[in-house]
Amino acid sequence: MKEIYEVRMHARAGQGAKSGSQLLAESAFKLGKWIQSFPEYGSERRGAPTVSYTRISDKQLRTHEPIVNPDAVLVFDQGIAGSVPVAQGLCEKHGILIVNTTKSAEEIRKITGFNGKIYTLDATGISLKLLGIDAPNVPMLGALIKVTDVVSIESVEDVIGEHFLATLGEEKVKKNIEGLREAWKEIAK
Amino acid sequence: MSTWKPLSGTQAVAEAMRQINPDVVVAYPITPQTPIVEFFAQYVANGIVDTETIPVESEHSAMSATVGAAAAGARVMCATASQGLALMWEVVAAVPGLRLPIVMPVVNRALSAPINIHCDHSDTMGATTIGWIQIFSENGQEAYENMLLAIRLAEHPDILLPAMVMQDGFITGHSVENVEIFDDDKVKAFVGERNPDRYLLDTEHPYTIGPLALPDYYFEIKRQQEEAMRQVKKIYLETGKELSKITGKEYPYFESYKLDDADAAIVVLSSTAGTAKDTVDKMRAEGKKVGLLKPKLFRPFPYKEVRTALKDIPVVGVLDRSMAFGAYAPVYAEIKNALFELDKRPKLQSYVFGLGGKDIFKSDIEKAFNELLSGEVNSEEERYIGLRG
Repeated sequence: MKEIYEVRMHARAGQGAKSGSQLLAESAFKLGKWIQSFPEYGSERRGAPTVSYTRISDKQLRTHEPIVNPDAVLVFDQGIAGSVPVAQGLCEKHGILIVNTTKSAEEIRKITGFNGKIYTLDATGISLKLLGIDAPNVPMLGALIKVTDVVSIESVEDVIGEHFLATLGEEKVKKNIEGLREAWKEIAK
Repeated sequence: MSTWKPLSGTQAVAEAMRQINPDVVVAYPITPQTPIVEFFAQYVANGIVDTETIPVESEHSAMSATVGAAAAGARVMCATASQGLALMWEVVAAVPGLRLPIVMPVVNRALSAPINIHCDHSDTMGATTIGWIQIFSENGQEAYENMLLAIRLAEHPDILLPAMVMQDGFITGHSVENVEIFDDDKVKAFVGERNPDRYLLDTEHPYTIGPLALPDYYFEIKRQQEEAMRQVKKIYLETGKELSKITGKEYPYFESYKLDDADAAIVVLSSTAGTAKDTVDKMRAEGKKVGLLKPKLFRPFPYKEVRTALKDIPVVGVLDRSMAFGAYAPVYAEIKNALFELDKRPKLQSYVFGLGGKDIFKSDIEKAFNELLSGEVNSEEERYIGLRG
C-alpha cells in the first residue's frame, strides 16, 4: 500500500458519504493508522451532490490540503457521474473507480471517460433488500475493501457496531454488516 | 494512561470541556454555532458532566449570560464562530475590562458579505485589540491542549483575562483525526477549580463590577488591563511546563520547524502550518533550505522571541488567512513590527491566501518559497495565493 492512501466519495446528500468516509477512517484508526476524514461543505439540500474524503497513512498526517489525486473514488449514485467529473485526478494506471449502479463497467466507462479499473455494484439494491432504504455507503465500503485491502472487513464490522448500535439497534447493525459482507462477496477482485 | 480517539477538531475541544467540567456553558444553538456545544450538550444530557447549560436567543445574549455567570463566580464557557462572534462583539469587548476569565473556543470562519461558511481568520483578527488572550491551533490535538492551557492562563490571579482558542473552521473543525486524550484525573488536577478572590454571589464581601468610570479612572483601569496582559507570556511558559508533565509536549510561543539554517522562511497560522511542514520536508529533500514559524500565542504577541527566531533568515514570507483592508495583513504587520529593532533585517513578503475557505495546496506554498528564495520580493506589496486572475 502507498504511504498515504486517499479516497474520495461522491454521493447525494442523505446517502451517507460523510459517515462512509468516517467509517472507513475509523476502521483504519482501529488498525493503528493515522487518519483524516473530512466532508466538503456547501449549502446542502437532500439530494444535492456531496463529496467526502478519507486519508489513511502509516505516518502522522500533517497536511490539510484537499485530496486531488485519490487512489480510489466511490460514486454512490451513478446519476452524479453525468454532471460531476467523478474520475477527475484519478490515475488511470493505479486508480480505482467503484460505482453504485446496475449498469456494466463498460457503460460507466462511457459515461465517465475513465480508462482505468472500474468496478460496479448494485449497492442500492443490497441496501433496499436488507434495510428497505437507499443507504449504499456500507455496501460500497464492502466493495472498496475487497478490491484494495485498505482495511480489514473485521475492522469495518467493529466500527459499524460502535457507531450504530446505540442509535439504530442490534437488528439494523446486523443488517448493515450483512450488506457489507454481501457486497464484499459480490465484487470480483 | 492516555487514550487515542478518532475525533473532529470540535469534538476534541468538547473533550477538553468535558474534562474541565465548567459550572456553566452558554450557547445559542443555531448556525453559525459549531458542533462543540452540540457534543458538549450530549455530555450534559448523559450526566457525564454536571455543567448547567443555558440556551439563549442570540450570540449577544450568549456572551451576556456568560459574563453574568462568570461575575457570579462560576467557571463559564461558550463557543462561537464568524457571524456569531460578530454579533456578540459588544459584550466580548467588555469582558477584558471586567477581568472575567472566560475561555471561548472559536472555530475560525469567514465574515459576511458575501455569505460564506468556510474557513478564514477574519472573525478573530477583528478582535485582536480588545484584550483577549488568543491562541491558535494547528489541529484538533493542539486545540484540545490549548483549551487546558487557556483555562489556567485566564484564571491565573495575576492575569484574570478572557482567552480565545482558535482552530480552522471545517479544515480541522469538521475533520476527524487521531487525537490523544490525556488521563481525566491528571487533567482535572491540572485545571483545578476556579477560586475567584471576589465574586458577586459572595454576599459577605460585596463588590461592584462594571461601574461607570469617566475620565477620572477609565484610563487607569485600561492601563491595569495591559499590565495583566504583560504577565501572560511568563505564565504561559510556566503553565506549559506543568502541562508538559502530562502530555510530554512543549508549549512554546510559536513552533519553529527547520528554521535554524533556513535561506527562506514562511510564517503561517493553524492548519496551513501542517501543510507547510510537509512542503518544507519535500523542498529540503531537494536541497532547498526552507523553514517555518507557526505562531501559537498571538495575543499577547511575542515580538522579542519572534525577532530572535527570524533575525538571521535572509527572506521571510508571511501568509495571512485574512485581510486588514487598507493596511498590512494582521500576521504580516506583527512580523514586520517584530523585526524593526534589528539593524539588518530579513527581506519580507506579504501573502494573503485562503479567504472564505479557498483551498491551499503544498504546491502553492512551494511556489511562495521559491519566490522567496529568488529574492524577488517587495515588503510593501501584498501578493495573493490562489486568487483567480
